[in-house]
Amino acid sequence: MFKQIIIGAGFAVALTGAAQADNFTGAGATFPAPVYTAWAQAYHGATGNELNYQAIGSGGGIRQIEAKTVDFGATDKPLKIEELNRNGLSQFPTVVGGIVPIVNLPGIAPGQLHLTGDVIANMYLGRITRWNDGQITRINPGLRLPGLPVTVVHRSDGSGTTFIFTSFLSHKSQAWANTVGANDSVNWKTGLGGKGNDGVAAFVKQTPGSIGYVEYIYSRKDKVTFALVQNAAGQFPQPNGGAFAAAAASAPWGKIPGNYVMLIDQPGRNAWPISGATFILVPRNPENPGRTAAVLRFFDWAYKTGDKTAIGLDYVPLPGPVKDLIRRQWSNEIKTGGRPVYNGH
Amino acid sequence: MSTAASAKTEALRVADAQGNARKPRDDWAFRTLCLSAVLAMMATLIGLVGSLVSGGWLALSHFGLSFFTTSTWDPVADQYGAAAPIVGTLITSFLALLFALPVAIGVAVFLVEICPQAIARWLAIAVELLAGIPSIVYGMWGLFVLAPWFAQNVQLPLMTWVTPGSWLEAIVMGVPNGANIFTASLILAVMILPYIAAILRELLMSVPSHMREAAYGLGCTPREVIMRIMLPYVRRSAIGAVMLGLGRALGETMAVTFIIGNSHNFPHSLFDSGSTISSTIANEFTEATGDMHISALIALGTVLFMITFVTIAIARLLLGRGGPK
Repeated sequence: MFKQIIIGAGFAVALTGAAQADNFTGAGATFPAPVYTAWAQAYHGATGNELNYQAIGSGGGIRQIEAKTVDFGATDKPLKIEELNRNGLSQFPTVVGGIVPIVNLPGIAPGQLHLTGDVIANMYLGRITRWNDGQITRINPGLRLPGLPVTVVHRSDGSGTTFIFTSFLSHKSQAWANTVGANDSVNWKTGLGGKGNDGVAAFVKQTPGSIGYVEYIYSRKDKVTFALVQNAAGQFPQPNGGAFAAAAASAPWGKIPGNYVMLIDQPGRNAWPISGATFILVPRNPENPGRTAAVLRFFDWAYKTGDKTAIGLDYVPLPGPVKDLIRRQWSNEIKTGGRPVYNGH
Repeated sequence: MSTAASAKTEALRVADAQGNARKPRDDWAFRTLCLSAVLAMMATLIGLVGSLVSGGWLALSHFGLSFFTTSTWDPVADQYGAAAPIVGTLITSFLALLFALPVAIGVAVFLVEICPQAIARWLAIAVELLAGIPSIVYGMWGLFVLAPWFAQNVQLPLMTWVTPGSWLEAIVMGVPNGANIFTASLILAVMILPYIAAILRELLMSVPSHMREAAYGLGCTPREVIMRIMLPYVRRSAIGAVMLGLGRALGETMAVTFIIGNSHNFPHSLFDSGSTISSTIANEFTEATGDMHISALIALGTVLFMITFVTIAIARLLLGRGGPK
């Protein structure tokens, strides 16, 4: 009897404890889902607060936060300031990643092949059809390139990866910007589509003479040959965490309203030219300030203590000054009754 | 006396039985339960059609007939024409049927007429096991095993063998990596084979034994019994079985998405990459942000629903009229 009372009391404490915890929900992008989930687990252990994140895709994340069915939305494709204003949303980045071209060329080792944005665009437009084309051999004087036909591989599913990649091509090639443009799925002129990074990598591995683009981690796998891309400083940096961080560090954070910052072709000497951040959307004047505060508290905690987790999962954390800037934006932008929803506590 | 009494109890028993059967409350509850089950199902169906049409209305009303006749699929410029995925869906499904049907007939005939019954039971289970393999497994197997093998052992030899400029070259040209409408159709064929084979087997078993025995009695060989008596007897119902397989091929998503190459252009050859309605929806729906893009994808769903509905309706019509002729 006594034992039962103790157990009952224990349950009651557990129940009230759960009810008092700051539980909150988010939905959206699949690319950062692994790191959000890892952060959420550690956060739950540290504070008892639970995040329920549904990786339903950026499009779904945007729709759900606009409909206010979740506490935050997550998207790989930043929203423009007009769109944020229309829906009363605030946007901030969490982690950075890079996109790397991969090729299948007999006799070419990883990192040997040099490419420029213009050359990649011309391949994806179907204007360069052989690997020994003058445009490619000119920037690769030491390499013996085979006369194989070029097969381009792209993502078949709508993806933030495609958005960053096509944004880079649009930035570097006027012809690309005019005929195709940038989006998370576009009207490809040629080539074939693989589902997900895995699908693209599989097609490239199986097709001699092919070129594809994948998230950084997939370019590090066995038997994958990645290529180097010329950046704004004219250099060919190695794709790695340092190069993505360099791109994030030299980006004009705080100068573009709504944090619509693309990390494409940033000026740093070591900056990887095809980098991008992934973003969180929260309401500016939340109907339920407590839950938005819970979201901000979580990401503040992740900024402070989550870098190691992110690096372990091959994401690149934001540079310190950028994090400070975001924290200032939170207190300036996200308010209820004229007061900041979250002020660091 | 005793007979009169027993007749009376008998009459009472009958009346009781009838009275019990008519007891209104039980009956009412049971009827309502069944009716509400049907109503719930019909409401789901009508709601589904309604939301498909209303969701796709923006695209359907904006593009009109050109949604079905053009094949530009450009999410950047918000220009959508669904001809390529519609054609891709029809081509892969009919090719799959073409590959699967002869094998299915062979399997069914063997199981019913040629194989000893003790073994046939186990073989039938093995065939049905094929139907239990999840679609994504077929997709992975297609992408990582079938596609490279096919490229190496079929596509490349064919491409080097054909004379340049011939009509044969026009059929086999394409990127030699095995991701094309032909391999997608092959995978689909494997997936619909167990369905068609199982129904055909049931149909062949339903042929009255006196017809078979009469045919054998007249001195027909097993081949003649099968070709002249049994298959013609189930012909009409068999068409229904085939249509059910077709209906499944039309809607199959994951396996096809992995291996069809996902290109929104019209396929120019048998070994060219293409797309189907369901693969396009699966690929783009999660990340579609524009209203017109979403609407165009839902409109695609409406088109697929209509195609499948017509197929199943024909199948039901033919199956319902089973029996001789």
